[in-house]
Amino acid sequence: MNNRLINWFKFASPQSFYPLAGRLWPWFAALAAIFCLAGLWLGFFVAPTDAQQGEGYRIIFVHVAASWMSMFIYCVIAFWAAIGIVFNTRLSGMMTSALAPTGALFAFLSLWTGALWGKPMWGAWWVWDARLTSELILFFLYLGFIALTAAIDDPRRADRAGAILALVGVVNIPVIYFSVKWWNTLHQGASVSLTRAPSMAQTMLWGMLLMALAFWMYAIAIALYRVRVIILERERHTTWVADLPEIKA
Amino acid sequence: MNWNSPAEFFAMGGYALYVWGSFGVTALCMIVEPLLARKRRCDAVNSLRREIAANKEDQ
Repeated sequence: MNNRLINWFKFASPQSFYPLAGRLWPWFAALAAIFCLAGLWLGFFVAPTDAQQGEGYRIIFVHVAASWMSMFIYCVIAFWAAIGIVFNTRLSGMMTSALAPTGALFAFLSLWTGALWGKPMWGAWWVWDARLTSELILFFLYLGFIALTAAIDDPRRADRAGAILALVGVVNIPVIYFSVKWWNTLHQGASVSLTRAPSMAQTMLWGMLLMALAFWMYAIAIALYRVRVIILERERHTTWVADLPEIKA
Repeated sequence: MNWNSPAEFFAMGGYALYVWGSFGVTALCMIVEPLLARKRRCDAVNSLRREIAANKEDQ
């Protein structure tokens, strides 16, 4: 094998991934803080007042970022679930367990900020709209994944059961994404699309993208941190864990 | 600049409850989650240390 290439499979072992995750997560946490400050500054002090919604539209800066991350994290969980089923690697199950609580949190925040946005603009905290309902289903999928994996004692079997649930549930992601096109919804259409120019002011768009980037970095940092804890919990009877400096001290 | 005074900033053009309710709960969640993760790590490390210490006494 070419020495200049990194052997990525090396990091599929918890023993070599544990120190790597430990080195990486503080950088992602720092990036999250920087992007968050920049995004909040743009969102509150640079982006202009909306012509229709006044200052109320500023909820967009957390709502869109949280909603995007709730869908994206689910896709990442489904990716690791597939890797776990195909290659039977231990680390993939640990990754899905590490990501699920953060994904659930973002799904909850998407619904919460959506309710707080819906009340002043639509006059209702909640409507059984296709977009809202499919996002609620996503939240329940996260809770179901967490409950299912927590209910099975053997972690390897829990991983497999969770992986199947995650892979079946992934059909919900395109449903959420295209719900505003497929059905006649109260929820507005996509604000940002790859195929046409964004329908909002440049500074609003940049504020939103920076907040999404901040949440993304936050999710990576917390998932790396949590996967280290899960490695400690699951590999507790191995000698390499017993030899770790933080355990020996 | 959108705001002429701090009071105007916090009033959010009459949408204070909704805007600060969204940002506040999001900030709270993103502070509590890392704290819970850190507690979980402390618990794992402490129980591992106890287990290893107990094994040493047995030998």
